[in-house]
Amino acid sequence: MINVERLTKVFGTKRAVDGVSFTVERGEVLGFLGPNGAGKSTTMRMITGFIPPHSGRITVGGHDVVDNPIAAKRLVGYLPENAAAYTDMTVYGFLNFCAEIRGFTGDGRKKAVHRVVEMCFLENVLHQSVETLSKGYRHRTCFAQSIIHDPEVLIMDEPTDGLDPNQKHEVRNLIRRMGEKKAIIFSTHILEEVDAVCSRAIIIDRGRVVANGTPAELRRKSELAGAVTVRVAGMAGNALSQKLYNVSGVQRCVILQENPKAATVRVFPKAAPVNGEFARAVAGALSGAQVEELHSEEGRLDEVFRNITLPDTAKEVAK
Amino acid sequence: MTNIKTIAKRELAAYFTSPVAYVFIVIFLLLCGFFTFFVGQFFERGQASLSAPFFDWHPWFYLFLVPAVGMRLWAEERRVGTIELLLTMPITAWQAIVGKFLASWVFLGVALALTFPIVLSVNFLGSPDNGVIFAAYVGSWLMAGAYLAISSLTSAFTRNQVVSFIVAVVTCLFLILCGFGPVIQLLEGLGKPALVDLVASFSFITHFNGFQRGVLDSRDVIFFLSVIGFSLFTTGVILRGHRAG
Ligand SMILES: Nc1ncnc2c1ncn2[C@@H]1O[C@H](COP(=O)(O)OP(=O)(O)OP(=O)(O)O)[C@@H](O)[C@H]1O
Ligand SMILES: [Mg+2]
Repeated sequence: MINVERLTKVFGTKRAVDGVSFTVERGEVLGFLGPNGAGKSTTMRMITGFIPPHSGRITVGGHDVVDNPIAAKRLVGYLPENAAAYTDMTVYGFLNFCAEIRGFTGDGRKKAVHRVVEMCFLENVLHQSVETLSKGYRHRTCFAQSIIHDPEVLIMDEPTDGLDPNQKHEVRNLIRRMGEKKAIIFSTHILEEVDAVCSRAIIIDRGRVVANGTPAELRRKSELAGAVTVRVAGMAGNALSQKLYNVSGVQRCVILQENPKAATVRVFPKAAPVNGEFARAVAGALSGAQVEELHSEEGRLDEVFRNITLPDTAKEVAK
Repeated sequence: MTNIKTIAKRELAAYFTSPVAYVFIVIFLLLCGFFTFFVGQFFERGQASLSAPFFDWHPWFYLFLVPAVGMRLWAEERRVGTIELLLTMPITAWQAIVGKFLASWVFLGVALALTFPIVLSVNFLGSPDNGVIFAAYVGSWLMAGAYLAISSLTSAFTRNQVVSFIVAVVTCLFLILCGFGPVIQLLEGLGKPALVDLVASFSFITHFNGFQRGVLDSRDVIFFLSVIGFSLFTTGVILRGHRAG
């Protein structure tokens, strides 16, 4: 549904987006991750046709966004980063206007507005002016606007920003449900959301795609992934490490905790293990010992994120 | 077309939900009344005509009032960020520009139409040529459109409404002054009639004068329409430029 090829955007001398390519098919929810200023919003603005790309090509549902913007925009629902809405209107007036401009008339328009009001829990504020809404409600109003025409493609820039935990949960469920039939891109700084919602995630750093894969694949990039942690009673840390170094394929052992009663050691494999073979080998080497705990680590997204994207201080040095 | 209508409808509703509309109308009507009856000495003249006491002031009222109406057109959209919403809807930027312009223009038309008591009084007191008055109203509305299109243009330049207002006033002042009596006399002193005509041909006042005499000259109509067309076109260029970064 969404096809982005070698997309580039230059602001002055700054390459905000630099050769980004990816595709999103129907039934996929793509999470957009990246540090502040990475170029997530800029990429989304180009896909929705708000800003023209410097070079590269974007098609939505087969329509080129630059050459045939109206056809492409019809397919897209967009929640901008600031979730702006006309402050001089009521929530109802605003949604009604959005429905009208999306081509709904008469009864169809009433139904469309009613549908999103229910989905986004806006009944209480329906006749309140947008200006006086709380931040979360304003966000929900803008969110409602983006799904009012039941679009095939949804682009959402930080859709859960500013929502309370219940609403965050609702919105995530909504995105996951809608993702079964639509192509969705959403950006977020909340990594749990990636696990909860995305079928695939892209990490962008300084305008480039630095990782692209399912959440599980990304997690596997973590050095923690595949490591086995064991706690054994009645052994010293060093002795336990010595014993574990004999297991084939061990890269290194780290003593995590040690006291007179028990020691906890984490064993890192040389290569990524398949089907838990490494855990079995470790367990085999410890036969006879008083094992209290043994588990494989999954890898953590935040660690992957931190390793792949340089922190701001390192960036200065890199320059 | 429906898109233009939808946008114009929203915009017009926005005027009337904000105090801007009412403040504008009240001030406009007060100014009209005050200048017509006191400064313009409507009664003392003893003439059944509205040209000198009423319409002569319009270019000067509009100078301040129209930019006040037009300054929010795009500056506000950009400041609040709703422009991102508007221009990612399935409409062209052109439709948005025209729709917003038309709404404000209709609004100015409403304000202008509300001066009808003055027409009634002049009809009550004497027997004026209502054709002339009608032509002058048409001219006044066209002129307001030209002011408004220029305000739309300056409003697209900036997020700041105050800057937008000031630039629009200065631009319009320039376009008035090049046909204003004292300035024309100054230029005539230079002894180049061709220059005088050229400069005066850009002035709102010169083109409005024809309407005031009851003449609907196509050249005057075309002048105002082309100022509107040109300004709106440039508004589009500027908005595109902002988005291109
Ligand atoms: N209109 C603009 N003019 C100049 N520079 C811009 C413009 N818009 C964005 N940038 C720059 O482009 C870079 C990418 O910005 P962008 O908003 O896409 O980041 P982001 O990934 O969305 O960050 P965040 O997580 O903070 O939302 C930033 O360095 C920003 O300063
Ligand atoms: Mg952003």
